[in-house]
Amino acid sequence: MADLEKFRAETRAWLEQNCPAEMRKPMTSDGDTFWGGRNAKFSSEAQRVWFERMRDKGWTVPHWPKEYGGGGLDGEEAKIVRQEMAAIGARAPLTSFGISMLGPALLKYGTEEQKKEHLPKITAGLIRWCQGYSEPNAGSDLASLQTRAVADGDDYIINGQKIWTSYANYADWIFCLVRTDPAAKKHDGISFILFDMTSKGVSTKPILLISGYSPFCETFFDNVRVPKSHVVGTVNRGWDVAKYLLQHERAMISGMGERGVGRPLGQIAADSVGADAQGKLDDAQLRSQIASFEVDEAALAAAAERAVDLAKAGQSHPAFSSAMKYYGTELNKRRYEILMSAGGIDALEWESDRSRGGARPRAWLRTKANSIEGGTSEVMLGIVAKRILDLPGA
Amino acid sequence: MALVLTEEQSMLRDSARGLISDKAPVAHLRALRDAKDSTGFSRELWKTFAEMGFSGLLVPDQFGGSGLGCVEAGIVMEEIGRTLMPSPFLATSVLAASALSRGGSEAQKAQHLPGIAGGSLLAALAIDEGAKHRPLQTKLRAMRSGNGFKLSGDKAFVVDGHTADLLIVAARTAGSAGDSNGLTLFLVDPKAKGLAVERTAMVDSHNAARIVFDNVEVNADSVLGEVDQGFGLLEGVLNIGRGAVASEMVGLSDEVFGRTVAYLKERKQFGKAIGEFQALQHRAAQLYIDIEITRAAVLKALQALDADLGKAGNAVAVAKARAGTTATLAVQEGVQMHGGMGMTDQFDIGFFMKRARVCQELFGDSNFHTDQLARGKGY
Repeated sequence: MADLEKFRAETRAWLEQNCPAEMRKPMTSDGDTFWGGRNAKFSSEAQRVWFERMRDKGWTVPHWPKEYGGGGLDGEEAKIVRQEMAAIGARAPLTSFGISMLGPALLKYGTEEQKKEHLPKITAGLIRWCQGYSEPNAGSDLASLQTRAVADGDDYIINGQKIWTSYANYADWIFCLVRTDPAAKKHDGISFILFDMTSKGVSTKPILLISGYSPFCETFFDNVRVPKSHVVGTVNRGWDVAKYLLQHERAMISGMGERGVGRPLGQIAADSVGADAQGKLDDAQLRSQIASFEVDEAALAAAAERAVDLAKAGQSHPAFSSAMKYYGTELNKRRYEILMSAGGIDALEWESDRSRGGARPRAWLRTKANSIEGGTSEVMLGIVAKRILDLPGA
Repeated sequence: MALVLTEEQSMLRDSARGLISDKAPVAHLRALRDAKDSTGFSRELWKTFAEMGFSGLLVPDQFGGSGLGCVEAGIVMEEIGRTLMPSPFLATSVLAASALSRGGSEAQKAQHLPGIAGGSLLAALAIDEGAKHRPLQTKLRAMRSGNGFKLSGDKAFVVDGHTADLLIVAARTAGSAGDSNGLTLFLVDPKAKGLAVERTAMVDSHNAARIVFDNVEVNADSVLGEVDQGFGLLEGVLNIGRGAVASEMVGLSDEVFGRTVAYLKERKQFGKAIGEFQALQHRAAQLYIDIEITRAAVLKALQALDADLGKAGNAVAVAKARAGTTATLAVQEGVQMHGGMGMTDQFDIGFFMKRARVCQELFGDSNFHTDQLARGKGY
């Protein structure tokens, strides 16, 4: 305990010393997130400094082993780093699907060679990954995917199409689900494979969304040649890897409903709605909606903390991330409905500088995908009913 | 601190669960109700509680207790919630023990705490006056008189007030309804002249009392804490009580949910288990998620109470608000999914619905605590 308190004090002092003031302000646009990758650009000098200091300390991913560029921290220590970062509002120095999705799967299923090849490039922000899961005819029924990988000597030849591939147009590599045995039952003929997005035959096409942004792409594979050694886990057992990765993806998405620091929503609303003489929000119904939301938000934050602690104690249910994903995404949608209501007509402007190019309504529209991507809310409830509650026929 | 129970806490839970499920299943409450028992709980079982060290859980070591914290009290309350066991634990071992050990003089502690730990002294906290929990609105007057005070006014919803040997009464010594200054806590003997106790059997077959104070004389030594400055002490004690009741509601919700899921697997209609219908599966899953998130919020609040009572307000408001809405949903879904059987007295589910309604009102309902959070966050 005393050691942990010492670690906390050291962490606090180090962060105080090393996190630039600019990196402690709430993020206001996509450009504030640093994704890394071959073509990465820093949006500010402060962003570069912050990323490099954290990378050199191993704290882009504090809980990964040191040999892969992580910080080698145990669960308690990593929690302290998260808490101390949250306490000063420090931004994540590096955000990537390599950290939140592929990394955990590689640590569990990858060969030593695969870990050594890919993990250090993730922690150092050198390679940006994207996820090739959904297809035009494989959404909620993901296991019905049809992208084919046919053996050819030491390689596979991959043909097919993915959709909703987040930031595929910026990604360097893809982790991809492909069908390696079309004769097997649908869950049994899938493999999990990695390849370079600059490989011959890979192309991407951004999809324009209701927000006016194009965070997702269609991704096409036309006779893409990939070495067999790039399969993670056992050939035809890729569904196990896929599911394990999805647990981490869902945990990541559920975190979107959480906002540890920053001003309370009620105060943000007061900026536009106004407050009465006692300082109460001048819209009783909205105040009550916000307060209910903040009760649930605080409870979700406690549940997220508990989920990590339970996992560490070996007491968590593997499907619990589906429960968190469901709740976190529904909560985030509620948050943005409130923000739109609080903003009133100011939140309707789409292009003006005043509205930072319609940042709020675009973010509001973006949240509507939260309960679809990574498994819909309905699929999440089905998983909870089947795997946790053991209800029949679910 | 990790948001999971420690090994010692898990052992405490197991022993509380063992005792309570064995000696006080829901049938125990049902029997007391059917017999119109005037005490409303089993004194013999309370003796066993004392022998196992539960009654003195929050009483400091030097006064014969185990000196444990709110997390441990919450663990016992959660088990009480599972079987709806009527017990002096909340009024005596949580509220009175906290009030005395945090606000009492050495003499007051020495006089009362060993009796609480030993199970011989039952106490009750008299706060509410109107239909809703509004501690700041306290109107019961305590006028200075000679060396002491005279208390006049009414209290209601005094949990276990009908069996208390000692009352802790919130009274106004200065200011007017709504002021936080001017509140004082008093230790009052329920047998004092001018004091009338009416037992009020409640919807949940637990007991409370309405108490009328007509110029009840108390001496200066009966002030608990400081004159006019009682609100801070009271708020701390109430927050401990709120955390405890939130825990009870988690236990209650979890038990109702467990029984309901079992019924979904067993009850057949249209030739299959009703749990095969997606309409029910998704509602069951939503309720499960609500309960688990509330469980985390409640444990967070209990840990916050133990870490720093003065800073636990927001966490407690979140926990009690969540526990109230979760328990309300759990019992409604419980009755609905049990169909007609859920409406019968013969089935236990109705007992849970009744108790959840009472727990909502205890020390502020979800609306009260949601509003508290908004105030706490400045909007």
